[in-house]
Amino acid sequence: MATISLTVNGKAVSATVEDRTLLVQYLRETLGLTGTHVGCDTSQCGACVVHVDGKAVKACTMLAAQADGTTVLTIEGLATGDQLHPVQAAFREHHGLQCGFCTPGMIMAAVDMINRHGGPLDEATIRHELEGNICRCTGYHNIVKAIEAASAEMAGLRQAAE
Amino acid sequence: MYQTTYHRPSSVTEAASLLASAEDVKLLAGGQTLIPTMKQRLAAPANLIDLGKIAELKGITVSGGTVTIGAGTTHAEVNTSADVKAAIPALAKLAGGIGDPHVRHLGTIGGSVANNDPAADYPSAVLGLGATVVTTKREIPADDFFAGMFTTALDEDEIIVRFVFPVPEKAAYAKFANPASRYAMAGVFVAVTGGTVRVAVTGAGSDGVFRWADAEAALAGTMTPAALDGLTADASAMLSDIHGDAAYRANLVKVMAKRAVAALG
Ligand SMILES: Cc1cc2nc3c(=O)[nH]c(=O)nc-3n(C[C@H](O)[C@H](O)[C@H](O)COP(=O)(O)OP(=O)(O)OC[C@H]3O[C@@H](n4cnc5c(N)ncnc54)[C@H](O)[C@@H]3O)c2cc1C
Ligand code: FES
Ligand code: FES
Repeated sequence: MATISLTVNGKAVSATVEDRTLLVQYLRETLGLTGTHVGCDTSQCGACVVHVDGKAVKACTMLAAQADGTTVLTIEGLATGDQLHPVQAAFREHHGLQCGFCTPGMIMAAVDMINRHGGPLDEATIRHELEGNICRCTGYHNIVKAIEAASAEMAGLRQAAE
Repeated sequence: MYQTTYHRPSSVTEAASLLASAEDVKLLAGGQTLIPTMKQRLAAPANLIDLGKIAELKGITVSGGTVTIGAGTTHAEVNTSADVKAAIPALAKLAGGIGDPHVRHLGTIGGSVANNDPAADYPSAVLGLGATVVTTKREIPADDFFAGMFTTALDEDEIIVRFVFPVPEKAAYAKFANPASRYAMAGVFVAVTGGTVRVAVTGAGSDGVFRWADAEAALAGTMTPAALDGLTADASAMLSDIHGDAAYRANLVKVMAKRAVAALG
């Protein structure tokens, strides 16, 4: 068994878990944060993407023990109270989801790519950056539109703040 | 995944002694190959030694015509390193084409090269640039390191510490990625280092990464894509699977080699 302490969505948490526990299992089954999804067994779909120390990773391909001492952000920690994060709001506005299964991973991947690139993103960059996230419903078109809009809005917000 | 016992050493020395003393043990770096394999129960080590928190395995330094990259350096770090981009831009580009952003945030150069997947990208750069693999026991030249699919010169209790890449005059990598996995169906790394041409091919060979001697000879004469026109890669040495048969892969090798040469500039 491994004893782990980490920060999840701003809250300090500790637990004793089996060494083989995946981060995604710990988040979903121990913490009840079921917004992070599991869509595959092969580390390919990206439904499980969360941020560990500010970087997007696949929570199904990391042990909970490896996340000891880190800061984790999941889809549940993105909004500020009732106010959706700009990427969440853009997915709603631009109809960037149908069944919604891939959406938490898509949004966490989108926030990560916007943070890394800064500035408004173009379509080619967004499509390349989405290589690790699979959607079976939308055909990606509106997902790309939502991320394009959110990246422009967030760049504007950053500029206004400076 | 079967039960396993997780260990987290904080130095290479501690990791090496754990590795030597424990039974049925595997090193865990980024986990982007090992964890999926354990989830599928294709691997079930009783002990896992996590190299992820060992500072001396990380980082990139440039000096005296070489780029040294710690085994625990992630694909994302190599891709975005200003030093790598300036000294060996082809290597930074190769790292940025591995898998997807999430895989690149965790996956490491050491894990990729130690695994020696026949479709992995990094082995072609290590072989094409004639890098040196520095381990806890010795220094292994790239030409002696790769020993066939998923096989290397590493002993069971040996850990890769870092890679030393000579800075080439020119280098380029061209990859035809499997559209689903992004692994190479054929990837060709062409480099001119100290006046010597090396052409390393990954993704295609049934024995893993290899040097394409005919192409090296042809390009030593003229460094143009057309210099490869008369050559045919040997289909009998190529992988054949649901993604592409041997003849298709042999053709891809030639096309990727020509693209890499064209990209040398
Ligand atoms: C969806 C997906 C797509 C991918 N696409 C690509 C791709 O396009 N191209 C590509 O090249 N790869 C691809 N990969 C593989 C990825 O690059 C892995 O990061 C890499 O193969 C293994 O590195 P790791 O650090 O994750 O190693 P791990 O999975 O932790 O370890 C792999 C093996 O190496 C051994 N090992 C690790 N570090 C050392 C060391 N320092 N010394 C000795 N042995 C060591 C381990 O014991 C293990 O056997 C992909 C992976 C996924 C999940
Ligand atoms: S559930 Fe993690 S990549 Fe599919
Ligand atoms: S909205 Fe259904 S999988 Fe993407």
